[in-house]
Amino acid sequence: MSTTTLEFGDTLARTAECEDVGEKLVLNIGPSHPSTHGVLRLVLELDGEVITKVDTDVGYLHRGDEKIAENMTWNQFVPYTDRLDYMAPLANNVAYACAVEKLMGFELPPRAKVTRVICCELARISAHLLGLGAFAMDVGAMTMFLYTFTEREKIYNLIELLTGARFTTSFTRVGGQTRDIPPGFLEGVTEFCTQFPGRLDEFGSMLNRNRIFVDRTKDLGVIPADIALDYGLTGPNLRGSGNPYDVRRTFPYLDYQTYDFEVPVGSTGDCYDRFAVRMEEMRQSILILRQAVAKMPGGAWQVHDPKNVLPAKDKVLTKMEELIHQFLVVTQGPDAPVGEIYFGAENPKGELGFYLNSRGGGVPYRLKIRAPSFCNLSILNHLLPGHTVSDVPAILGSFDFVMGECDR
Amino acid sequence: MGQDVLIEEIVPGAEKLPDFRGESSWVVAKEKLPELMTSLKAMGFTYLVDLTAVDHHGTDPRFEVVYELCNLRHKKHIRIKTKVGEGDAVPTVSNIWRTADWHEREAWDMVGVRFANHPDLRRILMWDGYPHHPLRKDFPLEGLPTEMPDIAFTSKAPLEGGPFVTSSASFTQDREPRAHPAEEGSV
Repeated sequence: MSTTTLEFGDTLARTAECEDVGEKLVLNIGPSHPSTHGVLRLVLELDGEVITKVDTDVGYLHRGDEKIAENMTWNQFVPYTDRLDYMAPLANNVAYACAVEKLMGFELPPRAKVTRVICCELARISAHLLGLGAFAMDVGAMTMFLYTFTEREKIYNLIELLTGARFTTSFTRVGGQTRDIPPGFLEGVTEFCTQFPGRLDEFGSMLNRNRIFVDRTKDLGVIPADIALDYGLTGPNLRGSGNPYDVRRTFPYLDYQTYDFEVPVGSTGDCYDRFAVRMEEMRQSILILRQAVAKMPGGAWQVHDPKNVLPAKDKVLTKMEELIHQFLVVTQGPDAPVGEIYFGAENPKGELGFYLNSRGGGVPYRLKIRAPSFCNLSILNHLLPGHTVSDVPAILGSFDFVMGECDR
Repeated sequence: MGQDVLIEEIVPGAEKLPDFRGESSWVVAKEKLPELMTSLKAMGFTYLVDLTAVDHHGTDPRFEVVYELCNLRHKKHIRIKTKVGEGDAVPTVSNIWRTADWHEREAWDMVGVRFANHPDLRRILMWDGYPHHPLRKDFPLEGLPTEMPDIAFTSKAPLEGGPFVTSSASFTQDREPRAHPAEEGSV
C-alpha cells in the first residue's frame, strides 16, 4: 500500500482534479462555534475534506448602530463605539472622536494628542494579545491564551486607572477626553513598557519554532498583496501580504508622523506572516508608548470652545456660565457645520473609518462605519476554497476579526 | 490640482464640490460611473476604502451613493458621489474592486439602493426575506413589525422614541424599557 504526502499548498491545485468526483457535502459552521470568534456562519461545500465553495454569512450581531447614531447627539454615540471592536474600545473611542473633530474643524492641544496616542497603542497591544492567544488556541496551543491574558490584565489595570472602566471605556468626547490623565498613570505605562518586551520574547519563543504551530500556519491561507487590497483588507492582514499601508504612516493623524516606528510587513501573506506582523507591531507599539510618555506635554487637554466642548466639572458646579454651556452641550450636542468627511484610523484590526454626513446641529444625518473586520471577512469566499476543513480555524484565527464590529 | 483636470477629462460633466476639511468630492452622473471608476483604478486608485448610500428623504433623486477612494502611492483621497432615484439602479463597481461586492450588498440591505449587474445582490446584515430597509429616513427607530413568526424580535422594540427614554413609574421593573414583558410570577 503506497502513501502520498499531502502538502498544504497543494490543496488549491487539487480542487480542479477533485471536480465531479463523488457527492458534495454541505457543512455548516457557526454561527456559534469556538473557532468563529463570535457569531460568524460559514456554509462550506465539501468534496471529501476539501472545500469547494464558501458562503460567508454575517449579520448575526447586527444592532443597527448607524440607525441609532442618527437619533442621538455626537457625544452620546461614544459608548456605542466601545462595542464595535470590543477588544480595543479605547482605539474606537479615539477614532470616532477624531472623526467628529475633523468635521468640527478642531485642532487638539498637544497633551490631548499624546494622551490619545497612548490610548491607541495600549489598545493595540491588548487587542493583538487577545488575537494571538485566541489564534494559538485555535490551532491547539491552550497555554498561550493564559499567558497573554496575564499581560492583558496589566493593560486593563492601566486602562482602569485612566478611564475608570476596564472594558467599556467611553473615554473620549468631542474635543478632548472625559478627564486628564491621572497621577501615576505615566509611571504605570513606563513600567509596563519595561517588563513587556521580555514577556513578548517568551511568547514568541513558544510559537515561532513550535513544530505544531508552524506546520499549521506556514503556507496556509496565502493572500497575494494585490488581491488583499482588492478585497479592501487593511491592518495586519494586508501588511502580512507585503503591502505596507498603515494609516498612521500614509495619512498621519494625532501627529503620528513625529513618532519613530517601523511598519512591519510579511513576505508571503500566509497565516504565519499575519501572526509575525502582529508580534512585531506590539514591539513597535512599545516604542511609540515610550516616546509618548517621554514627550507628554503639559497644558490643556481639551479644545477651548465653550459652546461645543464639555466644561470641567468643578466649574460646572460653581460657575453659572459653565453650567449653561454644560446644559447646552449635553442636551443639544456640539453644533457641527454642514458638510461631509471621512476619517480613517489605524485600529488593531485595520482601518476603522467613519463617514459623517452632517446637515448641521448636534445630530449626524448619516454616520457610516467602515468596519475593518467586515472588509477583511469578505475575502473568505475567495480564500477558503481549496483548503481543508481543518484549515478553517487556523485561517479564521489568523484573521483576528471581531463580529461586533463586522455586523455593527 | 492635477487630479481635478484628470477627472474633468474622463467625465466632462463631473461637478466638483467645494473642498471641505481638505477633502475633494465630485458628483458624477451614474451612467458615467463605470467608465470613471475604471480610469481612476488605472490611475492608481487601487483601494476602495468605503462605499455607502445616504437617503436624502424628500428630495429627488432620493439617494446618494458615496465612494471613498485612495491612491496609496500618492497618498491621495477623493470622494465620488452619484445620485439615484427610488427604484432606479446604479451600475456596480464590484467588477472593478471586489471589496465593493459586500459594500453594495450592505447598501442594498440597509438603504435599498439597487446595483445593476451585481453578481449576488442579497441582503447581508438583515435576514433573507426581511421586507424593509432600516436606514431609510422613513423607517422608524423602534422598527416595524414583520410577518416572520419563527424569528425572534419581529415585533416593535419598546424604545419609546429613544434608547435612553425611561418612564416615570415608581418601581424599577416598570421604569426600565424591556424587550419582552416580564413573565408573570417571575418577579
